[in-house]
This record gives sequence, structure tokens and C-alpha cells, in this order.
Amino acid sequence: MSTNVLMPALSPTMTEGKLAKWHVKVGDDVKSGQVICEIETDKATMEVEAVDEGKVAKILVEEGTEGVAVNTPICVLAADGESVSDAPAAAAPAPKAEAAPPPPAEAKPAQAAPAAPAVAASAPEPDYTGKTVKMTVREALRDAMAEEMRKDGNVFLMGEEVAQYQGAYKVSQGLLEEFGERRVIDTPITEHGFAGLGVGAAFGGLRPIVEFMTFNFAMQAIDHIINSASKTLYMSGGQMGCPIVFRGPNGAAARVGAQHSQCYASWYAHCPGLRVLAPWSAADAKGLLKAAIRDPNPVIFLENELLYGQQFDVPEDPDFVLPIGKAKIERPGKDVTITAFSIMVGKALHAADELAKIGIDAEVINLRSIRPFDTETIVQSVKKTNHLVSVEEGWPFAGIGSELAALMMEHAFDYLDAPVKRVAGLDIPLPYAANLEKMALPQVDTIVEAARAVVNR
Amino acid sequence: MAKPATKPNAQSSAAKPSAAKPSTPKPGDNSVSPDELKSFYRTMLLIRRFEERAGQLYGMGLIGGFCHLYIGQEAVVVGMQSTIDGKDAIITSYRDHGHMIAAGMDPKGVMAELTGRSGGYSRGKGGSMHMFSREKNFYGGHGIVGAQVPIGTGLAFAHKYNGNKNVSLTYFGDGSANQGQVYEAMNMAALWKLPVIYIIENNRYGMGTSVERSTAVTDLYKHGDAFGIPGEAVDGMDVLAVRAAGERAVEHAKGGNGPYILEMQTYRYRGHSMSDPAKYRSKEEVDKYRNERDPIDHLKARLVEQKILDDTQMKAIDAEIRKIVADAAEFAQHSPEPDPSELWTDVLVGV
Repeated sequence: MSTNVLMPALSPTMTEGKLAKWHVKVGDDVKSGQVICEIETDKATMEVEAVDEGKVAKILVEEGTEGVAVNTPICVLAADGESVSDAPAAAAPAPKAEAAPPPPAEAKPAQAAPAAPAVAASAPEPDYTGKTVKMTVREALRDAMAEEMRKDGNVFLMGEEVAQYQGAYKVSQGLLEEFGERRVIDTPITEHGFAGLGVGAAFGGLRPIVEFMTFNFAMQAIDHIINSASKTLYMSGGQMGCPIVFRGPNGAAARVGAQHSQCYASWYAHCPGLRVLAPWSAADAKGLLKAAIRDPNPVIFLENELLYGQQFDVPEDPDFVLPIGKAKIERPGKDVTITAFSIMVGKALHAADELAKIGIDAEVINLRSIRPFDTETIVQSVKKTNHLVSVEEGWPFAGIGSELAALMMEHAFDYLDAPVKRVAGLDIPLPYAANLEKMALPQVDTIVEAARAVVNR
Repeated sequence: MAKPATKPNAQSSAAKPSAAKPSTPKPGDNSVSPDELKSFYRTMLLIRRFEERAGQLYGMGLIGGFCHLYIGQEAVVVGMQSTIDGKDAIITSYRDHGHMIAAGMDPKGVMAELTGRSGGYSRGKGGSMHMFSREKNFYGGHGIVGAQVPIGTGLAFAHKYNGNKNVSLTYFGDGSANQGQVYEAMNMAALWKLPVIYIIENNRYGMGTSVERSTAVTDLYKHGDAFGIPGEAVDGMDVLAVRAAGERAVEHAKGGNGPYILEMQTYRYRGHSMSDPAKYRSKEEVDKYRNERDPIDHLKARLVEQKILDDTQMKAIDAEIRKIVADAAEFAQHSPEPDPSELWTDVLVGV
């Protein structure tokens, strides 16, 4: 059977080209891989190799012809033993060429994308009425890891100074002693490398907890977090899950300057395929970190250095785990909703106390989970208060507050009595000087002023 | 000028010192049976024909985006694959079709992924550069140059953590060999004695830039010297040389001695991707490899010379391979496009 050789596309965008030169003539034997002609595109001249073997029966497009459309038959190859004159005429391309369907993209009008599936709300947080114990956020994080490591032998911790040094901020204190160096691993200072190594270990069936000494250094590793950890499940058609937790302190600490003081919540929240959690209290820290370790997906767990030493009541129940995707109303109120996450929750609560003194009753929502985002809880609150202030430490442009404002336009527009107000870090690299640093970050006063502005009191 | 290291890892008994010249199997090497030789030939030919067909489908507009062909490099993956078992992990870059076929993945599923159809290994959602098979322990298919190196090292970490004797074959090109993360990974692999074999497929050009123009020390097998990782240069156009070196490397890694580097000196006949006219090298250079060094011709001559296959048998293999590839192409053109509902699946597990 003879075959038609078609004008090939030689780049993702080529539609036609010039047949610059034939390297074979009628009667020549052609082997797979042999260069048969040269094609000139708008970018380059390229050689075309034969895929099938046979004898050149006919040349259908003469050399020098311009504007030859992709997929036009350009010559006919006769199969082994077939007479050259048996080959079909130029006007009758072999059925094989016709059978080839056109590129799918051109075949049909663009299909409308189906809407995103509704995200099933996670189970509500159970009311905890059992005993509690006072502990610091640092201890809560350590206990969460220890409990999950006792439960599942595939969970391990790696990072800079996590083992012998007991953690740069002492979060992993005691873990080396209990779990040994197989499961608590000091890494060299190579964030890009050990983040990628952790992703490989997760593909290989383990459940790594990768500690970044701070999230500022995770910028070195962000390619593996986004391109390797968050996208591979999708790119593999669901085969390659990546159960991994990237955790460490995020945001400003105290007087460490611009390179060590940045909030990454909106960076990671932007990306599908990741979960992004930001605990405030010790109970948040414990319940959410346990949930993160058990989750089969990559989780970004944003801690805060200034909170590590703060004490909170934490449920004693070893099975205490918080649902991912649920915000928490820390203080109910009726006049204005203030959302915050991480260290800003404390400032928002303080601001609510100040507002109460002047008769403004603020509801404070601790977001806890940035992705998935608990839009529902905020919408319900806004329906009640009709005013919203978003507080975050990160920069305002394309920040979490911006997203929140957009979501309220979509879901609560008719309930708002005033525009959503964003309180955020100033749009500058964080300064070192104590006075400037304080001015650059949201403070209780800033939140109070913003709330008063939206309620106009 | 710095003195080049000659003994990368003196303590390791299994390690051979860095070879200055590509190693070749000793004459009379009989560790490869006639059946294995036949199978090498068959798989190499399958990869070659598959890639030629992929090039053709690309030309017809059936394969989109980027498409990086493996033609010329077949001996590397086929020789290495023969040294491992099904539980060992394999990971590579975006020039990955040959690796998948050598790992035993179905050519139909690979070709259908290239055409973006539901019958593809990633159900059409990954494409040429992003394909995986849990079943075959093939971990991709990675589009970011060098990213597969720490990931492959992590796969080796998982093997060691689990206390099994499996290894990770981590392939990358001469282009990746200058990425910082490669050295971060090598350091940890050596430090923790991880069972990973770094296979540098040196096809002499990272896209259009030759190794000489991109790399200060062009002997890539020496690039582990700073970490005490033994390495050797291998004639990557000779499947038996690859097999012999691969066996040394696998024995080293499985013996608990840590990583090993094999610099496979090979050549790609086609451009970096389908749209690369490859003007950075001469036609004579390409022809010299094709005509004098071709790994398939080389093995074919050996099979004939040793009377393992006669002309009729060769033709039968040719016909069988053509059929497999034709069937794969047929499947890839007629498998339906993914259902629109696939847009939203596989973003997160359990959602």
C-alpha cells in the first residue's frame, strides 16, 4: 500500500510553509529517518525525515512552492514491491491521509468549561467541652508532630537544625530523642534541594514534614512547592499524590529587616493544588497541624515566630483535630466583621475590646484556613453586621484582603452598607528601625480606625 | 589550574575510579544472553519507530506544544533498564518517551498522552513532558530542567527509609548538570548514602548551547568529585557498555555505598524539540553519529555477526514493531478527548 507524505507542522504555531528543496526524486528508495526534503517556515529551514519506507512514486509539490498548507500531501511513497505506477494519482490522496482527523482544537467550536464543582463544606468544628491544658504554640506544634509520628511510621521531619539543635526556634524539642535520626533529620542549608527531596519521598510513599527555618527561605524552594508538589497530581491524571507539609514561621518577626519579614499567605493561596493554613492559637496550631499531616495533599503551614511563646488553652484529647477549611468566630458581634489570620487575630481581638469601649460591637473571625477559604462563615457574618474589615500583615496589592473584597462583591454585595476596608502591611519592604517597622505593620490603632471608618462612628 | 580529582571515593570498595575514557565491555563479555540482546534490539527499535511516528503526528498537528524526541539516545535507557527490577524507581526530564517505553509502559497510552486524549497515561492532562506510571514506578516526566534530580534523590531516600534494597535511576541531561539543585541533591545523597544513580545523558547540547560553551569542567562524570561520588564516562551509543556500567553502578548503590554517577556520552539526532532546526551544529557532525555510531545499527551488526538473528527474523521484528507503533498511533488519534468534567478532577486528593 502506498502512503502519502504530508506537509508537516514544525512548530506549535506553523500553518503553512515553503517546500524549499527535495532531497529525493521519483524512483529513489527511502528509509525511515532519511531526510527527504527541506521546509522553510517563518522562523527557520528544517529538514523533513521519512517515517515510512518505500520508493518515491510521485512528487506532488515541486520545490520552491510557497504557502503549502500543513497536512497537504507532498509526495507518494510506494510500498516494497509495489509498482510505482500503481500509486494513486496526485488528485486522489490516499485514504489514510483523509482518515487523519484534523487537530482537535479546530474540529469543534470552543466548548464552554464546566463550572467549578461546589466545594463540600467540611464537617463543622465539634464543640469541645472536655478538659484543656495551658500550653504554648511552640509546644502545641511539637506535640502535634510527635503524636502523628507515633501514629504513622511514614511521617518524618526534616529541615535545618531540627534534630540536634532541637529546632532553630525550639519547635522540634525532644523529637530527635524520641524518634531517632532516621525520622528527625538535619539537612544542609539547601532549601531548593531538600524541598525537592521531600517531594520525591512523598511520591515514594512517605509523609514528610519539611520545616523551613522561616518561609522567607522557602522562596529558594518555591519551584518544587508549586511545580512539583502542587501540580503533579493533576498532570499525572490522579496517580501521583504528594502528602507533604511545608511548615515554618511566616511574616514579620521583630527587627530582622526586609529579607526576613514577609507574609507568603497570598503567594501560596493563589495556587490550586495546595492547602494553606495559618493558625493563631495553640489549639489552632495543634489541631490544624495534625490535620495537615494526615491530609493526602501538599499543605503550606504558616506559623508565626512571635506567637511561639504565647500560651493558650488546648484540648487534652489526643484525638483533637481541626477541620481544614473552617474559620472560627473568636468573638461574636453585630456591628462590624473583622477578619484576620495568624498573629493579626490577637490584634483584631484587642481592637474589638477598644471598639467596645466606644459602643461598637465587632465580630472577629479567625480565618485559620486560607485555602480552602471559608467564604460561607464570612458571608453569614456580613449578613449580620453589614460591614467588613480585613486585616493582614502582608502587602495589600493582590493580598488576602483583595480576594476577600472580591468574594464579598460576588456573594454579599447586597448586604454591605460600606465598601470593604483592607488593613494590611504598608506597600514597602519592611524597614529595620523600630519606629518605622511599627508604622509599616497593622497595629491595634489601625484596625480600630478602619472599623470606625466603615461603620462611620 | 586546579588539579582534577582522580580518586573520587577511595573508601568505597565497589566503586571504580573515574574512568578517563568511556568504558567498553571486555571482548568475550558473556553476561548478556542472546535473548537479552534480542530484547535490547527490539526495545531500541520500538523507541526509534515510536519517536519517528510521534514526529509525524506532530507534523500533522495531532501533537501540540513541545515534543522532545529521544532518537539517537536509545541505548542509554535500554541498557540501564536491563540492570534494575520493577521495584526500582525511574525518573527523568521532559525527553521522556523512550524511558516510558523501556520501563514497559504501553506505547498506546504514551502516544495518546502526546495527542492529549483520554486514553493517555495522564488522561490527556499532562502531555509529552508530564507522564507517570505508579504501576511501573516511573515517576515522570518533569518539565523544569533539573527538578527531577532532587525528586529522584527523594525516591532513593524513601527506599532507604523503608529499608528495602531498591534504587532510584535519576536521569538528567548535560543541560541540567549546571543547575544548583543538582549539587544540593548530590550532597545530600552522598551525606546520607542514598541509593541513587545519577545518569547524565550527555548529548552534547543543552538546547542550542554545547557543553563546551556552558560547562567549566566538561567531564561531567567528575561533577560528583566534591561530594566523593564515584563516576565514570560511558559510551552511551553502545548498549553493552551501558549495561556493564549500569551493573557496576547498581551494585554499588544496592550495596549501601551511596550514589554513583554515569556520564552517558550520547547524541540526539533531532533538534532539542520539534521546532528546533539545530543550526548550532554541522550536518557532518550529525551524519557522522548516524552513520558510524548508531546504537541500533551497531547492535544489529552484532546480532548478525553472532548469528543470533538472520535477515528473516530481523524483518519479522521490524514488522512487529511497525504494527505496535501503527496501533499506538491509531489509538492516539481515535481515543476521545478528555471529558470536560476532567477539568476539575485531580486538583486535590479527596476533593
